[in-house]
Amino acid sequence: MLKKVRVALAWVFWIGITLLLLDVSGVLHTYLGWMAKLQFLPAVLAVNVAVIVALVLLTLLFGRVYCSVICPLGVFQDGISWLGRRGSKRPYQYRKELKWLRYGVLALFVIALLAGIQAFVAFLAPYSAYGRMVQNLLQPVYIWGNNLFAAWAEKAGSYAFYSREVWLRSVPTLVVAVVTLVAIVALAFKGGRTYCNSICPVGTVLSFFSRFAMFRPVIDRSKCVHCKACEHHCKAHCIAIGKDTEKIDYSRCVDCFNCIGHCKTGALQYRFAWGKETAGQASQESRRAFMAGTAVALGAAAFKGIEARAQEGAKKLDGGLADLLPKQAPQRETPLTPPGSKSVKDFYRRCTGCQLCVAQCPNNVLRPSSDLEHLMQPQMSFERGWCRPECVRCAELCPAGAIGKITREEKTQYRVGVSQVNLAICVSACGKASCGKCAQACPSGAIQMVENKGNGQLMPVVAEELCTGCGACEYLCPVRPVSAITVNGRTQHI
Amino acid sequence: MKRRDFIKISGAAALAAACGPKGAQSGAGTVNEGPGEMLMRENPRNGDRISALGFGCMRWPMVDGVIDQEAVNEMVDYAIEHGINYFDTSPAYLRGQSEKAAGIALSRHPRDKYFIATKLSNFGDASAEASRKMFFDSLEQLHTDYFDYYLLHSIGRGGKDAFNKRYVDNGMIDFVLEQKAAGRIRNLGFSFHGAQHEFDYFMELYDSGQMHWDFVQIEMNYVDWTHADGVRNVNADYLYAELDKREIPIVIMEPLLGGRLANVPDGIARQMKEREPQMSVASWAFRFCGTYPRVLCILSGMSNMDPLKENVQTFSHFRPLNEEELEFLEQMATQMMEYPLVNCTDCKYCMPCPWGIDIPGTFQHYNRAITEGTYAQNTAQKNYAKLKKAYLVSYDRAVASIRQADHCISCGECLSHCPQSIPIPDQLRRIAQYVENLRQDKLP
Repeated sequence: MLKKVRVALAWVFWIGITLLLLDVSGVLHTYLGWMAKLQFLPAVLAVNVAVIVALVLLTLLFGRVYCSVICPLGVFQDGISWLGRRGSKRPYQYRKELKWLRYGVLALFVIALLAGIQAFVAFLAPYSAYGRMVQNLLQPVYIWGNNLFAAWAEKAGSYAFYSREVWLRSVPTLVVAVVTLVAIVALAFKGGRTYCNSICPVGTVLSFFSRFAMFRPVIDRSKCVHCKACEHHCKAHCIAIGKDTEKIDYSRCVDCFNCIGHCKTGALQYRFAWGKETAGQASQESRRAFMAGTAVALGAAAFKGIEARAQEGAKKLDGGLADLLPKQAPQRETPLTPPGSKSVKDFYRRCTGCQLCVAQCPNNVLRPSSDLEHLMQPQMSFERGWCRPECVRCAELCPAGAIGKITREEKTQYRVGVSQVNLAICVSACGKASCGKCAQACPSGAIQMVENKGNGQLMPVVAEELCTGCGACEYLCPVRPVSAITVNGRTQHI
Repeated sequence: MKRRDFIKISGAAALAAACGPKGAQSGAGTVNEGPGEMLMRENPRNGDRISALGFGCMRWPMVDGVIDQEAVNEMVDYAIEHGINYFDTSPAYLRGQSEKAAGIALSRHPRDKYFIATKLSNFGDASAEASRKMFFDSLEQLHTDYFDYYLLHSIGRGGKDAFNKRYVDNGMIDFVLEQKAAGRIRNLGFSFHGAQHEFDYFMELYDSGQMHWDFVQIEMNYVDWTHADGVRNVNADYLYAELDKREIPIVIMEPLLGGRLANVPDGIARQMKEREPQMSVASWAFRFCGTYPRVLCILSGMSNMDPLKENVQTFSHFRPLNEEELEFLEQMATQMMEYPLVNCTDCKYCMPCPWGIDIPGTFQHYNRAITEGTYAQNTAQKNYAKLKKAYLVSYDRAVASIRQADHCISCGECLSHCPQSIPIPDQLRRIAQYVENLRQDKLP
């Protein structure tokens, strides 16, 4: 019974969070966004006290049910280990706690958090790892499936499904996602919850509380026949049955209740048993981080022209489309982080790289950074769209508080970047064509066309104090592959 | 009721009504009245017997930028079999592939079974060299040693100066007259887009004997009859009267305004169906043109078998319009002017846009939304969210996002190419603003 409840709840959370990471319709986050907010590390980084307290209390009450129900990576591993142990009568046996690894990793993790080495944090954090795998590996498949439906819908004249673009946002992140998947599957297939009990920093933190859990599986000595059935089915390797001894390491127990189902004598029960185990000590994490600011050398904006023009002079033919070079991202001295993030520093300090905003961004603006410093953490760029005024989806979703919750109106007050013009390749400033696209497109009226005293041509100028860094000018600029007007990040956004 | 549903119902009704021995439905909208005789018109000047329905070779299907020759062959065979014998092409059409495809399809039939019309489309390079080459290339592409009808392509705009530049200063007028004398051109004419005074100039040339026009090709339909913009494009009733007065045979282009008169707004389609439940909406437009006796041939750029079969039906059982019906169409045209349609016929002369915008694609999509009534007008409207999604999704399906209206930089290079004188950048900006308002839920 307990196991059934656990499995049912696990399915609900796992499907919910996975759909949230896959969704391209823009509808689901309204209903499922709260599931991401329950994730432990993002809640810690968001200083979401209510969630942290609730999760700690939950663990003190019932043990690490978080790991078995709420954590999508945990549930995913349960699925993998189920595959790995099928047909096996004694899939697992007790293993000693790898203290040096567990606490070593946790120590490194805390140091990385404090030092702002977020790539390391994102690499290890369970929710980030899961988000990364889903966004990078599963979402493309999901979108292709969606596009198949979209093709049918198009034939049927329906708008229920519409095609979305699948594109590679960051090679390093993809590679890390593949490595993560391989590592998790390799560990879980035969090893059950090995990752959770020897690597996962969240698991280790929760283990401090779970050893004092009020409710926990308890072995009744009088009934136990030391058959080891529970030990052989404990995927956390935390039950040790000797000839005459029986012991459960509650710091590693994730309350999966598999043991209870396998106990033929009814010696195992999940019941109130407070105060029996008193080892270990609690530790509360405080959060303080700083970031080393380094300036990335600004490469000169790419100088390639636009020359995709129709053949002049030659035979004029009707129809056809001019070739367009795909846009390329310019070098940005300061990275662009979404409106809602208070500053670049604050954003990167809080972000756990879960890829939820990347997966959800409807304008294809967000993608994981490939810089070593912010590896896997998102940044904005405008090759496929711009940060549209009516959209605040990432701000509504971010579970870590890296992107603060804002309204459409508040969005206009966030100035995440500022545009700058490369007059040498601007078609208007060079007199190649009458343009003014950026000035016309700017939603905040920050760009004006003024006469260049030098050659009499009109050139765009930017009123820096008005520019929000939304990227409309960069996206719509006709100059390709690198736009003549590009947005550079501001370090402080509000 | 949505337009599509309405057509479905009326189509079903028509089918039920026509369930006699010859009640099979063909084409998209007109009920098959069985085999008939293609309406023929005689050219009083040389006795050519020409089908009133001519095949315009500007809208043939393309697959990945290449004409679908198999489809063209099939259509041409069907057309000839059903009495169509006038084929109008140009060296510029379909990215320059139209003549070749026409040549391949037509050369499979005896040369005396059809008339070829093509054009001197020297828009880009108007030098004598390039223009002559264009003429001889056309002969070769079309597998022939003479053209039945040869046109100076799209003159009018820019008046005398533009005409002189393309045909007089470079000696091409003398050249085509030589070719006519040598029998390689049987009839010489021109196609016209422009204002009244610009047309008058070509009539003056005719009246003074400087140029003898054997025929003239004009844009004529029940909208342009009295509702052309009047400033840059003269009304068709004026053009018709001037040509009729001089007894010059007339070839009609854009009888359907690039298909827009086959797909008219909901309310208008309903009124037409109430009068002629079994006839397609497009048939009204063809009957309008065919009602005028000076008209020699009505060109339709049929892009697949459906409109071809339907139009063959219309012209095989041709019924001219009476006075009352003409008055009805005039009312329909007046009603149509109230819709914010873009006056684009999808001729693609503006393309390729040097900045990659899909101009006709954007306009066609916009017009379709208005015609079909899937066009959100304000946020308080019933079904607003649905209409918004329908517009935005169908827009992305019709036009790649980097080729949509918001990318237009208003450079104005398209302006001189548009036969309809559409202020293209302004219209693109209007549509971009509409889409932006839609996205932000800020429709006025």
